[in-house]
Amino acid sequence: MIEALQFSFMQHAIIAGILVSLAAGIIGSLIVVNRMVFLAGGIAHTSYGGIGLAVFLGLPIFLGASLFAVGAALLIALLTHRNRHRIDTFIGLIWAVGMAIGVIFVDLTPGYNVDLMSYLFGSILAVTTQDLYFMGGLLAIILFVVVFWYRQILAVSYDSEYAQLRGINTRFFYTLILILSALTVVIAIKVVGLILVIAMLTIPVYIAEKLSNSLFGMMFLSGAIATLFTLTGLWFSYTFDLTSGASIILVSAAGLGLFLLANRLKS
Amino acid sequence: MSRPVIEIKNLSFAYEDQLVLEDINLTVEERDFFAIIGPNGGGKSTLLKLILGLLTPQQGEIRVLGKPPQKSRDKIGYVPQNTNINTDFPIKVIEVVLMGHVGERKPLFGYGKDEIACAMGVLAQVGMEKFANEKIGSLSGGQRQRVMIARALCAHPRILILDEPTASIDPQGQKEIYELLEQLNQTMTILVVSHDLSIILKYANKVAHVNHSVVVHDISDKSKIFHTHSDTEHLCEIELLQMLGNESCDTCTSQKDDQLTPDIKSKNTKEWRENR
Repeated sequence: MIEALQFSFMQHAIIAGILVSLAAGIIGSLIVVNRMVFLAGGIAHTSYGGIGLAVFLGLPIFLGASLFAVGAALLIALLTHRNRHRIDTFIGLIWAVGMAIGVIFVDLTPGYNVDLMSYLFGSILAVTTQDLYFMGGLLAIILFVVVFWYRQILAVSYDSEYAQLRGINTRFFYTLILILSALTVVIAIKVVGLILVIAMLTIPVYIAEKLSNSLFGMMFLSGAIATLFTLTGLWFSYTFDLTSGASIILVSAAGLGLFLLANRLKS
Repeated sequence: MSRPVIEIKNLSFAYEDQLVLEDINLTVEERDFFAIIGPNGGGKSTLLKLILGLLTPQQGEIRVLGKPPQKSRDKIGYVPQNTNINTDFPIKVIEVVLMGHVGERKPLFGYGKDEIACAMGVLAQVGMEKFANEKIGSLSGGQRQRVMIARALCAHPRILILDEPTASIDPQGQKEIYELLEQLNQTMTILVVSHDLSIILKYANKVAHVNHSVVVHDISDKSKIFHTHSDTEHLCEIELLQMLGNESCDTCTSQKDDQLTPDIKSKNTKEWRENR
């Protein structure tokens, strides 16, 4: 593993792993406490439509996926506001339509040469310098938002009706959380792929939630746990020549299993 | 003569096609301990949301402290229904209380010293200051409800509105909550939605029965509603049901109770229990 560190692709992979894990820990916490897990899953799959569109038009993949994911987030925010009781149906619909659009655009692209698997299961070893800037920039925005609007985000997440009564624009913060989730999902696609992204956003958070007594602590701890899982998964992936995304998720699941077992033994 | 703090005139409200409240007239006066009762789906929660300005009526007018509800929100303390949701949420008691301050002027990030002092003050007022750094999920239902009351008090409200504050709380906890409310009633108006008729009758001075329309009863004279023909003073639910369900309360006395056949009495009691 040590000799691998001299390769720039490995350095990129490690930096990307850390950046994405921290972002996933923070945003995953918000997704879990706001009960938006299914919603984040919908956004992740919808963004495949953006990947297909970007391939077809020859645009940067990140740009296409980001635009599509943010579009899906805004649509879901709007629909949630209009009709909260049917939101699961709409998410299911957006989820499938987004993927279908992606598949059709890839079909239409002459000289099809995109490795579909790399978007479904991640390609952390193919992270470019440009990708790292994008990930770092997004993490900076996320940190800025959660530090300066912590109280509002906490109030909206814990009890949105009450937050509204105290004069907080709950719609704005709900939409903001959704947009940040969409962008986090996009960068996490690079690391674990869009099918596995939900596990990355929820497993470390689930462990952290049990160990924290504040939202801030939960975000911080989730980020740390996610980083540990990602780097361990990356090591497995490199050492045994396995798909990186799947290795990271299985390491996370094993970590969760150990945590639950330890908890059971303790009580 | 007390001043009105909440005035509702000719109010109607419908969710899409379904008319929930029709031609409501209601006045809550300063320092009232005002209870709202009625069957599920009768419009109790809708009425509260209208008073809080979370919903807007299609017809009629609501004035809270002489202004539209949205403009009086900073003078209203609100304790929402069901505090048993979200108990996994990683949040400390003090942070929940500090939420009462959100929206007021505040430091760039974190919490101000004055805010924390104020939050500790209201926690002491409800007897929960020892639990300030506990996780909210580790408290009992009654303790959690006290924290929610503290959060509402954080805004120094003139009106305290509670939606079923004692649902799923043990009898001792319920009694303590109402004693606390009675004490708070010395300085502010209390408006409470509840199913606990026996408790309400002990503490409230007015009761509104909400079921599509509203019937208000002044019950400040407690002697009228207590049974007097038994050694231990107790409440007769049947009498109350009759009294609250009918427009003509003055006809409802203990004699009326005696006229009912035992069958009807037990039937009414059974229905009442089921409604609960």
